[in-house]
Amino acid sequence: MAQYQENATVTRVEQFSAETFRLTLQAPQIAGDAQPGQFVMVRTGQGKDPLLRRPFSLHQTFSDGGVQLYFKVVGRGTEILSRSLVGERLSLFGPLGRGFRYRPEQPAVLIGGGLGIAPMLFLAREISRQNSSPASGCQVLLGARQKGELAVVMEDFAQYGSVHPATDDGSLGHHGLITEVLFSLPLPAAATVYACGPEGMLAAVAGHCRRHGFPCQVSVESVMACGMGACLGCNRPASAGGYTHVCLDGPVYDAEELLWMV
Amino acid sequence: MDGLSSGQNGPDLRVDIGSLVLANPVLTASGTFGYAREFAQLMDLHCLGGVIVKGISLHPRAGNPPPRIVETACGMLNAIGLQNVGVDRFITEKMPYLEGLRVPVVVNILGDTLDEYAEITARLAGVPGVAAIEVNISCPNVKSGGVAFGTDPAMAAAVTKAVKGRAAVPVMVKLSPNVTDITTIARAVEEAGADSLSLINTLIGMAIDLKSRRPALANVIGGLSGPAIKPVALRMVFQVARAVKIPVVGIGGIDSAEDALEFLLAGATAVQIGTANFINPRVSEEVVAGIARYVQEENLSSVRELIGAVRLG
Repeated sequence: MAQYQENATVTRVEQFSAETFRLTLQAPQIAGDAQPGQFVMVRTGQGKDPLLRRPFSLHQTFSDGGVQLYFKVVGRGTEILSRSLVGERLSLFGPLGRGFRYRPEQPAVLIGGGLGIAPMLFLAREISRQNSSPASGCQVLLGARQKGELAVVMEDFAQYGSVHPATDDGSLGHHGLITEVLFSLPLPAAATVYACGPEGMLAAVAGHCRRHGFPCQVSVESVMACGMGACLGCNRPASAGGYTHVCLDGPVYDAEELLWMV
Repeated sequence: MDGLSSGQNGPDLRVDIGSLVLANPVLTASGTFGYAREFAQLMDLHCLGGVIVKGISLHPRAGNPPPRIVETACGMLNAIGLQNVGVDRFITEKMPYLEGLRVPVVVNILGDTLDEYAEITARLAGVPGVAAIEVNISCPNVKSGGVAFGTDPAMAAAVTKAVKGRAAVPVMVKLSPNVTDITTIARAVEEAGADSLSLINTLIGMAIDLKSRRPALANVIGGLSGPAIKPVALRMVFQVARAVKIPVVGIGGIDSAEDALEFLLAGATAVQIGTANFINPRVSEEVVAGIARYVQEENLSSVRELIGAVRLG
């Protein structure tokens, strides 16, 4: 599959909470080829520090060549990225990795926790777009710390299905964990569950799906230097033994392929 | 050889590392360029002076548990743990593609014992497409209490002899910077018959995560690479180039033609680009073009005029 290095122009910067941001950039080659669940490596500056690119799932792509990243400030790279200005150019490399293997004709339950919200919008849109029966929209479960992180993206998700929010502080939707919403929700027969979020959340979702016989795909996070199979820095233990590499084998896996690091 | 013709249209960039002839002085460093195929779609592999592939051991290695990498100021620490497919699978699975490249392919090898180094070399002898062997001597010698071969002149010489005794192609020995005096090791390796030297391998370092109060790497310590190490690497290349007669290949934090040219002036005949490949997969192509531009702008008859030409005093 083709990969591109693009100097992408920032066209929009949105701030949803003290540390939650969404960037829109013009990267037509990446936007044209990307699949839900794939990621890009972003250079946060021109200099030698921070040195490495940062991996981000694609939050959404647009037919005008736009791509969107939804992220939280967790370190220096994301802090610099959060201060991006409209018109600024950033080097994007992608699309990378294996995305979701989705079946649009079957019921879908999407679960995004915290930063794990990022890839779910792209997936919800594609499932909805390719689904011939619009009545059977996705069920979308979104968990966040507080309302601000969810309010705007919820409107985007609402176009593609019914949204069930949960917040740590109870400011929007269920007061508690998004997994509690999942456990209480009757899932449609033959549903596939797609999840992205913290390791503990993914382990809980995977366990629930295994117990109830639902296929589950998870998108996992990892540190990585290159994003393309050269550095071998993004390994994690595989259930079949040995290691799998998130950049090439993932970031989306069938949940059963992974051992949980919790 | 087709691959060597690229310099004929522009300035003369050819360099000779002993009997290994390169179209230009830019190689990709082992462990940062996969088995080359990963980069084929992202750049023109044929513009390179040569490709050095991921280090190969006698048996496959799974490598270290995660986390294996952490970013540091202007650099990164890695403890990949020499993950590789082993020499036999390398020959059957990776060499057919590499053999088809019109670029010299250098195979990096590593081992836990002298016998392992010798055995890998023997298995590579006569394999079509292997232009040279680069020997990683930074590995621990399991029969000498885990002391790295490359930190002891006698052990470094012994590895060199073991490989030279079996090799059908030129042998480049990659030196560790984690030593008191790198010129002592360099001379010992030269005397043992190495055809060339490459330096530096990573500098051993460490980082600690303040939240967990644990080492940032599962392996506790790891190798520092990237721009942070360039001045140290340049100094060592300068010293070693003056201490030995065989060609020296410079490695350490190179991410531009300017960096590469500094290494040539310090005495390197060629350079390897490592960590920078992770950030810009096309960087080596850009470095070749930048060196060509400099040679032209400075009206040099050949890039070879720059080797060791730093003006002192």
